[in-house]
Amino acid sequence: MREIYADNSATTKLSPVVLEKMLPYLTEVYGNPSSIYRIGGKAREALDQARENIAKNLGAQRANEIYFTSGGSESDNWAIKGVAHAMKKKGKTHIITSKFEHHAVLHTCEALEKEGFEITYLDVYENGLVKPEDVAAAIREDTALVSVMYANNEIGTIQPIPEIGKICRERGVIFHTDAVQAAGYVRINVEEQHIDLLSMTAHKLHGPKGCGLLYVRRGVPIETLIHGGAQERGRRAGTENVAGVIGLDAALELALDGMEERNKRLSSLRDRLMDELLKIERSRVNGDRVHRLPNNVNMCFEGIEGESLLLRLDMNGISASSGSACTSGSLDPSHVLLAIGLPHEIAHGSMRLSFSEETTDEDIDVIAAVVPEVVQYLRNMSPLWEDIKKNERKGQ
Amino acid sequence: MVYSEKVIDHFANPRNVGEIENADGIGEVGNSKCGDIMKMYIKVEDNTIADVKFKTFGCGAAIATSSMATELIKGKTIDDALQLTNKAVMEALDGLPPVKVHCSVLAEEAIKAAVSDYYKKQGVDPEVIVG
Repeated sequence: MREIYADNSATTKLSPVVLEKMLPYLTEVYGNPSSIYRIGGKAREALDQARENIAKNLGAQRANEIYFTSGGSESDNWAIKGVAHAMKKKGKTHIITSKFEHHAVLHTCEALEKEGFEITYLDVYENGLVKPEDVAAAIREDTALVSVMYANNEIGTIQPIPEIGKICRERGVIFHTDAVQAAGYVRINVEEQHIDLLSMTAHKLHGPKGCGLLYVRRGVPIETLIHGGAQERGRRAGTENVAGVIGLDAALELALDGMEERNKRLSSLRDRLMDELLKIERSRVNGDRVHRLPNNVNMCFEGIEGESLLLRLDMNGISASSGSACTSGSLDPSHVLLAIGLPHEIAHGSMRLSFSEETTDEDIDVIAAVVPEVVQYLRNMSPLWEDIKKNERKGQ
Repeated sequence: MVYSEKVIDHFANPRNVGEIENADGIGEVGNSKCGDIMKMYIKVEDNTIADVKFKTFGCGAAIATSSMATELIKGKTIDDALQLTNKAVMEALDGLPPVKVHCSVLAEEAIKAAVSDYYKKQGVDPEVIVG
């Protein structure tokens, strides 16, 4: 059976090029970068070089604005808690974010709410896009931070980050963006786009798991999250994950190399598949089709439940994901799908496919053939579908 | 979350899927908002479940528990069918992940709902018997 991995927004396969660059730092150059002897020095050198290159690739002015972390969740936690706690001392306790952020942002905001912070959750509308004017309208005297993701992890919608950044800069409010899904697919420039803090991780772009970064513009007040040693200029303790950082740098470099062409090919695969699957009756695409990551397909099929769909796709060699309650481990379907206004029963029948440069035309052909069959099979055994069809007949 | 081989088997090849025309009892439980609906059809002959079919909208565990529950009551007396617990369904499937236990509860309730419907059609108050 042909195996098709279509869950690259969950994680990606480590690129052999990246692995090759990492290997020496897992074997020969195992020294602690804080140590004084040569093997430590070599690790330090590699770390500094990676930091320099990553800063350049993100459009940062200084390498020391890049702080390495364990990944996206830590970066989000640090950015939001760190800035919130620093700004509280200046009497600012209001935070603006959107309704469909990643849980690393939402749950952090909820935790801050319990500490007394006030959070405004911006609407994302039916197309899954934050309106910059909503950000402008929500900013108050006591606003400490605005945090809006660069691209949504479930429906792939790309937010108007440069516009939001501009507004925040003009109003003197600190702006954080979670770019975990966008990095490598969108041209990021923290200077031009007025981004003050940016979260990123390696494993979404064919790098290793467990390594990410937080970009912190010089002068942005932020308290430390991980206390301990003096690593990362005393702001993030813990012996550096040298091989991971090398992998993060290599992965970002690789993703940016030929990005436009790769995006073009992926967008055409994505659009072809969406058009093909929209032929299934009572199906819909979730999120804006234009302002969308080139590798993201997210659709709902009425009358079926997402986990069953995924299991049947898996039986056919296709790895996908869903925002159904059953896959989220809670009783409610995905907060993202609810935020764009889908009723529960439709949100339960969602499917996310996310591609990578390894995805081929043939893969899309197979998916386009298998999904309609599986949907039909599940609908045939669904009492909900029976009711939908009955109501259709009544309506006629 | 990992399903047992039995759950995967009953999900991949569900037994007794479909409807029974002129069923003696039909029970539907769950709701679309929560993402699970089970509809159970029974044919009763001489106080025995002569045939049973189901249709389910729901996750892998919902489909597998429906399938297993129908297997467990087919050919049994109504009284035996009413004795079927969600625990027995789970055990027959070699267990369920904790977040999926409610699916087995739904399967038990679907059978009881179908039997209640059967009694109602017979002019018997199901309250006393089914509860």
